Amino acid sequence: MADVSVLSSRAEPRGTKPTRRLSSTNIMLYGTLLLVSVYYLLPLYVMIVTSLKGMPEIRLGNVFAPPVEITFEPWVKAWAEACTGINCDGLSRGFSNSVAILIPSIVASIAVASISGYALAHWRFKGSEAFFTILIFGAFIPYQVMIYPIVIILREVGGALGIQLMGSIWGLVIVHTIFGMPILTLLFRNYFTSIPDELFKAARIDGAGFWGIFFKIMMPMSLPIFVVAIILQVTGIWNDFLFGVIYTKPETYPMTVQLNNIVNSVQGVKEYNVNMAATLLTGLVPLTIYFVSGRLFVRGIAAGAVKG
Amino acid sequence: MSEVARKPSGLTRNLTAKIASIPMIATALVIFIGCTIWTIYHSFTRSRLLPAPDKWVGLDQYERLWSTRRWLVSIENLAIYGVCSLVLSLLIGFTLAALLDRKIRGEAVFRTIFLYPFALSFIVTGLAWQWILNPDFGIQSVVRGWGWEGFAFDPLNSAEIAIYGILIAGIWQGSGFIMVIMLAGLRGIDDEIWKAARVDGIPTWKTYIFIIIPMMRPVFVTALVLIAASIIKVYDLVVAQTAGGPGIATEVPAKYVIEKMFQSQNLAQGFAASTMMLVSVLVVLIPWAYLEFGAKKHG
Repeated sequence: MADVSVLSSRAEPRGTKPTRRLSSTNIMLYGTLLLVSVYYLLPLYVMIVTSLKGMPEIRLGNVFAPPVEITFEPWVKAWAEACTGINCDGLSRGFSNSVAILIPSIVASIAVASISGYALAHWRFKGSEAFFTILIFGAFIPYQVMIYPIVIILREVGGALGIQLMGSIWGLVIVHTIFGMPILTLLFRNYFTSIPDELFKAARIDGAGFWGIFFKIMMPMSLPIFVVAIILQVTGIWNDFLFGVIYTKPETYPMTVQLNNIVNSVQGVKEYNVNMAATLLTGLVPLTIYFVSGRLFVRGIAAGAVKG
Repeated sequence: MSEVARKPSGLTRNLTAKIASIPMIATALVIFIGCTIWTIYHSFTRSRLLPAPDKWVGLDQYERLWSTRRWLVSIENLAIYGVCSLVLSLLIGFTLAALLDRKIRGEAVFRTIFLYPFALSFIVTGLAWQWILNPDFGIQSVVRGWGWEGFAFDPLNSAEIAIYGILIAGIWQGSGFIMVIMLAGLRGIDDEIWKAARVDGIPTWKTYIFIIIPMMRPVFVTALVLIAASIIKVYDLVVAQTAGGPGIATEVPAKYVIEKMFQSQNLAQGFAASTMMLVSVLVVLIPWAYLEFGAKKHG
């Protein structure tokens, strides 16, 4: 347990505020918070130490003990050699697939949602609010209800256009764009509504149209909300498993699906250190986003949630 | 649409906006309404490998569904998981938010620690906890190593309590998010309320229970709806952590649907099961929508 406290010692109070007297209430307060912090930090700590141990050490020692001999072998193996049952080139394939899925999905979903939100905020037309209401309620429909008909749509539309949508990255990009739409449109609509109407009217008088106002006035004014949307989408799409497993093929599986196949594959001896290295590798992208973005991440999930 | 032509331009008024909204309109109509109706309709057919819209069988699929043991286990698991995670998330989320709201030092650090699991996927969450709960190397073996030889804590391999093993991981991942919502709610409470309570000599805990929590009703309702919506979607976590095992002990409805549709080539069973999922969402959503939007109209 000593090791755990090393990690959570970061959580001890710091800062420049004047010292308050150490009442029993305060001891209770900080004690509880520190104890709870252990529960939240424990899995991350265990994953890190496990991924740095060799297999013999794992078999002998306990999961909480720090590595006696630090090795990065498991990380290398997880990245480049781990087997999924179909191929043995590690998570690197899943990583590049996830990146290839992520970038177009973010661009498409944010483009569509920001324009829809803008139209809903400043260019209302008959029925626009009704479509928006359907969109918001659609966010609560379980994905399982819509998954199969979308398979058919992707197959038929792809067939009609002569391109492969079902089973390819592009089909998945469309699916992410669709299911990202409710929350993102809400986010952008609320933000654009808060931009003063006078500004919009002035631009109209100056002869700017739908696109002119969007690109020259709305977009430059709303960079923070675009950042929030990007954070929301990077974490959401990177962490997706269900859509990845259904709409892509083994060669194009995203990282989460590949990770699950590596760790839960039944063949061979279980290499727990490689598994934990692979798990950490998959969690690295959203974790980095989270730690770097801080308040914006919180703002994104709160804005999406509280108003939804 | 021609009857809307109050102004001379009619349909062409705001034409660019309408064209730009086509993706949104198409998603709303084709995906959210169209696909949902399609699935509900086909749940009344005998579709197996392929959708068979002409083989109408009425409620047969539903009768079969509700006499399948695996589905009943799934529902039972969802109920246990749902109730526990609802109560625990609200309790932990509110308690942590209240603790952080006591003007403590290092608030940002604690908040970061409680929320980071929410950035991780359910696959990562499931695999991490699968390892910690591993009977040969994880918590059980460590406690035994400390000298308590008889210690037994192996939820993932004991059918009766396996779902609680998943619950531990689910709470770990999601409770920080509820804390953030609760904290936002607490910050919205006017300081005057606290001052008044202090002047009246009301103890802090009483102020929370009898004044603050009732005032935060809308926040609790939002948190409730969000938790409920996430509970019904539980899928990845189970796939990663236990794959539904041991046996069928941790099966959940979402997993039943996916397997019927894509593995056992029994489409209509999957459609019927997913329709039942939709029904359970509506049971939560309709009263909420009524309270949230309906009540406002009446004042």
